[in-house]
Amino acid sequence: MRRDVRRLILLLLPAGIFFAAFFLLPMAKLFAIGGSGKTGWAAYAAILTDSSYFGSLLSTLGVAAATTVATLIISGISGVFLQRHKFPGNGALVAMLTFPLAFPGVVIGFMVIMLAGRQGLIGQVTQALTGDKLVFAYSLAGLFMGYVYFSIPRTILTVMAAAEKLDPKLEEAARSLGASPWRVVLDVIIPGLKPAFISAGAICFATAVGAFGTAFTLAAKINVLPMVIYTQFTLSANIAMAAALSFVLGAVTWIVLALARTAAGSTVAAAG
Amino acid sequence: MTDSGKPLAIALQGCAKTFPDGTKALEPLDLAIHAGETVVFLGPSGCGKTTTLRIIAGLEEPDAGGKVLFDGVDVTPLPIEQRNVGMVFQSYALFPNMTVAGNVGYGLRIRRTPDAEIRARVAEMLAMMQITKLADRRIDQLSGGQRQRVALARAIAVRPRALLLDEPLTALDAKLRDTLRLEIDSLLRSLGITAIYVTHDQAEAMALGDRIVVMEHGRVAQIGKPREIYQRPATRFVAEFIGTMNRLTGVLQGGVFTCKAGTLAWAEAPRQATEILFRPEDIRIAESQETAGLHGTVAAAFFLGDRTRLFVEVGEARPLVVESTARRDFGHGDAVRLAIDPRGLLVL
Repeated sequence: MRRDVRRLILLLLPAGIFFAAFFLLPMAKLFAIGGSGKTGWAAYAAILTDSSYFGSLLSTLGVAAATTVATLIISGISGVFLQRHKFPGNGALVAMLTFPLAFPGVVIGFMVIMLAGRQGLIGQVTQALTGDKLVFAYSLAGLFMGYVYFSIPRTILTVMAAAEKLDPKLEEAARSLGASPWRVVLDVIIPGLKPAFISAGAICFATAVGAFGTAFTLAAKINVLPMVIYTQFTLSANIAMAAALSFVLGAVTWIVLALARTAAGSTVAAAG
Repeated sequence: MTDSGKPLAIALQGCAKTFPDGTKALEPLDLAIHAGETVVFLGPSGCGKTTTLRIIAGLEEPDAGGKVLFDGVDVTPLPIEQRNVGMVFQSYALFPNMTVAGNVGYGLRIRRTPDAEIRARVAEMLAMMQITKLADRRIDQLSGGQRQRVALARAIAVRPRALLLDEPLTALDAKLRDTLRLEIDSLLRSLGITAIYVTHDQAEAMALGDRIVVMEHGRVAQIGKPREIYQRPATRFVAEFIGTMNRLTGVLQGGVFTCKAGTLAWAEAPRQATEILFRPEDIRIAESQETAGLHGTVAAAFFLGDRTRLFVEVGEARPLVVESTARRDFGHGDAVRLAIDPRGLLVL
């Protein structure tokens, strides 16, 4: 019995060391630095009370949530479609949809500028049509577009893998009981894909919360946490505030991922 | 065909099916199914039986020109959700995100039936299938047999005009299959519902079918009552697919059949032939005082308790299968004489 426990500890040791070295220690250090500034532990309170910090926290979470929802809708529909309908060029299209994975955030920001920037395609088209130039690359809307673009690949691949495992007989059974195509989507396809939506959505959300390259490329007007951390760290040299913000960013993301995991766990169990 | 007194529930007119890749799954098929009748489609995999069922269900469209009629009304253009048929699948196809009661009540919820009525109907269905205790269970907590009971209850709950069963017992073990087969049989009889049952298991087909449609390579090989199919098979395929068939090759002429194993008198022989067929139960080991014209040697003997299954070598490509109820021991190499009941003889 005691030998078993000892062996278990020994087996867990590598994971424990890794967890301590790359997670616990840095986070603890970050947390400590966050409280070491001029204002002390009040730096953490400031994130909630200072309207500029709190605003950036909210807009970060807002953009990430909107990105997640939009990505899940787009990838859900196209993932199921691409899995169900094999047509010439299907493989090439899937490959094309997945290549944003290879782009750094800077390139994606650059693409957003070319599309929705001052000299962008959307601006030119809207000017020709309405006389007004529509420019939204340098705002949260531009950031949202960029994030959706690079979140789609992972999500679409996850959805396609899950859609492949859906039992077509379930849909036939629902239809035989009188369900319209819409009801089939609601009662069979979406519940069947729910675990995939939750895990892909969690990754999508976490990535969007922490993404920096795209925001940086789209300029400083965008008030999201990674940008605020960057400016606090490099420009203001307010290292304590940067650390406090980083810690909160990490903690919020962790909470969301943990919640998603719990929800996915119960769904998976229910799906048997 | 048969039961012509009853009204027609389902009719197929010239229903053929060619898949997009050019595979011809079904040759043009005409079929009339009477109200309350249980028709079993029987055949090996790929014979077109499931395709036919799916055409009736509305999950497949027949090739141009084919028609499906329910109660005389052409339903060919209607999708399955508008045909009001109950379906039971081999894989059960229960909704994993709903409880047992949720599954059974699903069709009624779709039809916007009032809640109280749904509850009553679900309770009635669960009681009928003897699964009342399982009402609040999740699907993954059920055994295979329980799942198929839920699937049956779900299909019947909406009072479909026909029940379509696609190999519903194939995924179950042999003992459970027998029990559930009996239950399905009494269920179909008590409901008086028109049922179409697809299987590759001839025992199931025999037990459940009012009529059996034997299919081969997308064609109907024979339609008939189980007894007709078994005793008077129309083709060699039907004869060999259903039950065990013995075969002797030789010359049948002037009421006498002569083969390597000896001679056999058959006064009522329908015509000249070079081959005769018969079932194992129509051949027996002759008593010593009998004058039997066929001789063979035992190649193998399997004692099954109530009878012994013998494989008797008679100089043919395959040994004859003989079911013997004689109280004696047979051993490899024993010389035996064989008597055949001429009423069981067939020429195809």
